[in-house]
Amino acid sequence: MSELAIEASGLVKVFGENRAVDGIDLKVPAGTVYGVLGPNGAGKTTAVKMLATLLRPNGGEARIFGKDVVREADAVRSMVSLTGQYASVDEDLTGTENLVLIGRLTGHRKPAARARAEELLAAFGLTEAAGRQVKNYSGGMRRRIDIAASILNTPDVLFLDEPTTGLDPRSRNQVWDIVRAIVRHGTTVLLTTQYLDEADQLASRIAVIDRGKVIAEGTKGQLKASVGAGAVHVRLREADQRSEAEALLVRTLQAQVVLESDPVALTARLSGESTEQGAAEHASHALGELARAGIIVDTFSLGQPSLDEVFLALTDRTATPEESAA
Amino acid sequence: MSTTAVKENEPVLAAPKPEDLAAVLIAKNRPQRPSALSTSVTFGWRAMLKIKHVPEQLFDVTAFPIMMTLMFTYLFGGALSGSPTEYLQFLLPGIMASSILMITMYTGISVNTDIEKGVFDRFRTLPIWRPSAMVGYLLGDMLRYLIASVVILGVGLIMGFRPGGGVGGVAAAILLLLAFSFAFSWIWTMFGLLLRSEKSVMGVSMMVLFPLTFLSNIYVDPKTMPGWLQAFVDVNPVTHVVAAVRSMMSGDWDGGEITWVLIAGGVILAIFGTLTMRLYNRK
Repeated sequence: MSELAIEASGLVKVFGENRAVDGIDLKVPAGTVYGVLGPNGAGKTTAVKMLATLLRPNGGEARIFGKDVVREADAVRSMVSLTGQYASVDEDLTGTENLVLIGRLTGHRKPAARARAEELLAAFGLTEAAGRQVKNYSGGMRRRIDIAASILNTPDVLFLDEPTTGLDPRSRNQVWDIVRAIVRHGTTVLLTTQYLDEADQLASRIAVIDRGKVIAEGTKGQLKASVGAGAVHVRLREADQRSEAEALLVRTLQAQVVLESDPVALTARLSGESTEQGAAEHASHALGELARAGIIVDTFSLGQPSLDEVFLALTDRTATPEESAA
Repeated sequence: MSTTAVKENEPVLAAPKPEDLAAVLIAKNRPQRPSALSTSVTFGWRAMLKIKHVPEQLFDVTAFPIMMTLMFTYLFGGALSGSPTEYLQFLLPGIMASSILMITMYTGISVNTDIEKGVFDRFRTLPIWRPSAMVGYLLGDMLRYLIASVVILGVGLIMGFRPGGGVGGVAAAILLLLAFSFAFSWIWTMFGLLLRSEKSVMGVSMMVLFPLTFLSNIYVDPKTMPGWLQAFVDVNPVTHVVAAVRSMMSGDWDGGEITWVLIAGGVILAIFGTLTMRLYNRK
């Protein structure tokens, strides 16, 4: 295995009664994007804050390129950068001022800090907004200035805490492109997200966390296979054809079919073995079968597994052994 | 101006180009870790920029001191010294000290509101001398205190204040006052970090500052007070600050009081500076 950029074992953080992070292990190989996927309140931000030396763990330990985040915090700080979930830039200052500030604080002399700020603003497409206060920036621009501030001193490890939450799709794609460029350069990125497709697009390995614990970890392929290929959503014209459609879908897809509260809607969850292409093939076959049987379909769609579905699948699986044991 | 602002708000920004990004990412030599002085001054520069962007925040160091000076001179002047001008010679150094000490509490309030913002997370992940963010704050506040001092002095001179110590004495007195205020402000940075809301910071500050400034030698000669009150006034640091400042402005430097103020400042800084940094590191 290649060198580890981030290594955490048994990391714990307790706030009062709440075990926000409850024994997390992570191994992130250098030069990769690692996705930490989980819903709000799962402990993602708390975990990132401990790794970035902002919070002191109550238990366990973590190292960044071999340096302990508590005992060698200063050495860790010279290697990492953090783009927090909420803008980690000063909203009262302009784009240029923010970058010059960080440049000065990382030891650049004034002319060098100015030059670096201009260069970064240009590369991030923010030259026109350079003289405006960040509070007047759009969400996408804020993210960009934030990431620009984070890479000003070319960190070895970059933490991105929900970098695209609240962004429109175009800005989101731009942030993704930025992340890809950063990784190509050799920086290791740890990214937290609530969106499976974001982790899918960017990360090579993913850890799914829930209630402070890692509930699944692996490459994208492994994780997807364990979760399922997605779901086929069908809406019929006639409600009385639904039971017939259900039977047909169960037969052709060999899938679990759920009847929605809407009397004309039903959803089939595709099993995990099929690849994505297989899922599409299966779905179109099922559509053909429905037509042949004379069932009128109004809408038909193939959805990627959503985070909800990932969760359902993963938590179901962890719940099952306990039930069978009881 | 407004039309360009509207145009700029339209999100027609060019997407970042991968080759440009690659260019800025090419490993630059990381510069040497900056010195404690350099980072403190940089944070001071940040405070100045904030004043530049929101100049209204100077209201508390301009209008408030003018109001204090006018109010107390004309309110008490006739009764206590026969005439406002007469009283002003006694009051001005004191009202200056009390106004500056009063506005030090805004330091705590701004620390309290600022620390919750994400930008502090970034500062705290930088490999820099830890107290520099706080020191920078106070450097910015020193400018505010200086503005307030000059405003009060200006109003005083217009109203007939004639300091015997001349330019040198007055300048030295203001310097001593600023140095003490720098140390004194760490009390508020501590409360700013300790308390949960800016309202509670305000409440605590008022509760400390009102007795400290009023139960002192600022407005009247302590000899007229009952013994138990004199005892408090005598140990009140504000009394010593005012005595020192008064002596310097009148040209009759009181070495004992000046030394007392410098030592008290050092002690306050050592205690509250340490407490502030403890809280800052734990936050």
